[in-house]
Amino acid sequence: MTMGMKIDDANALVARSDLSAIAEMIPMDAKILDLGCGSGRLLKALKTLRHAKVMGVERNQDKIIECVQRGVPVVQADLNEQLTEFPDHSYDYVILSRTLQTVKRPDKLLNEMMRIGNHGIISFMNFGQIEARLQLFFGGHMPVTKSLPLKWYETENIHPGTIKDLRNLFRSLDIKVLKEMPIAQQGDLFKLLIPLSSSLFASNCIFVISK
Amino acid sequence: MGTKKEQPPTLVGIVQSSDYCFGDAPEDALQLDCGRSLRGVNIRYETYGTLNADKSNAILVEHALTGDAHLAGFHSNTDRKPGWWDAQVGPGRPFDTDKYFIICSNILGGCSGSTGPSSIDPATGEPYRMNFPVITIADMVRAQKRLIDHLGIKKLLCVVGGSMGGMLACQWPILYPETVGSVAAIATAIQITAQSIAFNWVGREAIMADPGWNHGNYTEQPEKGLAIARMLAHITYLSDESMSNKFGRALQSTTDYSFNFGSDFRVESYLNHQGNSFVERFDANSYLYITRAIDYFDVSVKTNGDFRKAFEPVKCPFLVVSFSSDWLFPEYQSRTLTEILLENGNDVTFCNIQSGYGHDAFLLEYETLGKLMSGFLTNIEPEVKP
Repeated sequence: MTMGMKIDDANALVARSDLSAIAEMIPMDAKILDLGCGSGRLLKALKTLRHAKVMGVERNQDKIIECVQRGVPVVQADLNEQLTEFPDHSYDYVILSRTLQTVKRPDKLLNEMMRIGNHGIISFMNFGQIEARLQLFFGGHMPVTKSLPLKWYETENIHPGTIKDLRNLFRSLDIKVLKEMPIAQQGDLFKLLIPLSSSLFASNCIFVISK
Repeated sequence: MGTKKEQPPTLVGIVQSSDYCFGDAPEDALQLDCGRSLRGVNIRYETYGTLNADKSNAILVEHALTGDAHLAGFHSNTDRKPGWWDAQVGPGRPFDTDKYFIICSNILGGCSGSTGPSSIDPATGEPYRMNFPVITIADMVRAQKRLIDHLGIKKLLCVVGGSMGGMLACQWPILYPETVGSVAAIATAIQITAQSIAFNWVGREAIMADPGWNHGNYTEQPEKGLAIARMLAHITYLSDESMSNKFGRALQSTTDYSFNFGSDFRVESYLNHQGNSFVERFDANSYLYITRAIDYFDVSVKTNGDFRKAFEPVKCPFLVVSFSSDWLFPEYQSRTLTEILLENGNDVTFCNIQSGYGHDAFLLEYETLGKLMSGFLTNIEPEVKP
């Protein structure tokens, strides 16, 4: 039973390389808050594999039910609102995975993360990746790629930004970047070129931040 | 949403109530918040499923203002309706009778078997009526604790309750932190608002203004007053959406307005029916006492208004649920509880279930609520021995 659960959780992580990278960064026994935790897979894995004390925030009712069925505590909240339920510095790590570009004010959410957590971990979708740039430059349209599959009018990504944009935002908010880890998705064409320039070739980047 | 919702068939069958009596001796009396004590207290209860060998699979379910111990199943083959939360009880359901031992007891002050204003005062041999002490939610919990002790249960897997039942569920771990393994607080609050106090006041005023009430010394129920109190309260359990869907402006039997003050509209005749059938099953004095206990409910009484301090000894996980169209126990009250619990470091899950049914949603949205409750219960103790 327990063994089976571990394999299942591990598999769920392999499917998203950014999630398994995040899981590896988390030390044992940490207090973790995952903003936009979905159905709670990452948190369940952290609970099982890292013995973490976990908590999720999610808006969608069906996903909340899945979290509860997994044994992951979760609070229904909207990341566009202030997260007043959560006290200052009440978590070791606050995780935000591929969500920053979907909220109304990413800057305010980053400040909330830094209020609630001692560290933040952000998995960021890089809209400045070369494939997107080429599509915009030569095609003259907003990019539609494997990691950004929806058209400009239907996507939830209302604040597309580049790795450079995010670095600048951190600077203006006095947020320190402790670690920057570019991630390639499976099947990424420019995987091998990432060491040359992450902002040009990585479709995803993980930042560990603190104030 | 908002139309009549079919409930699934009962899986429980015929059940029997039991009685537990205590407090005959003065030293065994139930000490109350008001300073008085009660002797010869009876608690009516029902159980479902089997208590396991180490008595670790018990769930206590708390009923709402006018509920009773009859949680599920039928008392006899002629019963028309099963118990009040039947949809959640039975094999494979959230309160899984193959796994858990489920207890539901009528609250102190009630009129469905437990000691209340209509019971005989052992000191006088007459019914208490208005000589019954003004009780609190905490007093109700203290009485239940006697029952739990009597059943030999050291720790409850979970205390679950909706509406006023949720208040008891929140009060339980504050009084007895060691006895409660988890709490599911549904469509409830840790203190009620001025709006709710106001509704309770008007309901009581209606009862006490009925000449038939006679300062509580009635032999026949003060029918008109009690029915009005019920009709008023019933409106607060519904929502604009559910009333619009259920009744709209439909007329009851006429095709045109009658140009008098009878019940032309279907909603009027529905409320009349609710009021009249309530009189047959609920004691007017009990209604006064229980609504007063709800008004007074405040978990922070002992900590001078400090909720955080009140919850300090409470370490167990919580499931907190509200319903989007519930205006009697609005979402923000559940959020307040969630916030306090998060600050206190409890594992807490909060969900505001989308529903058009108003406060009644806690009984009607049994599927969504059931998924949350069964997920929550399963993970409290994954290895429960049946």
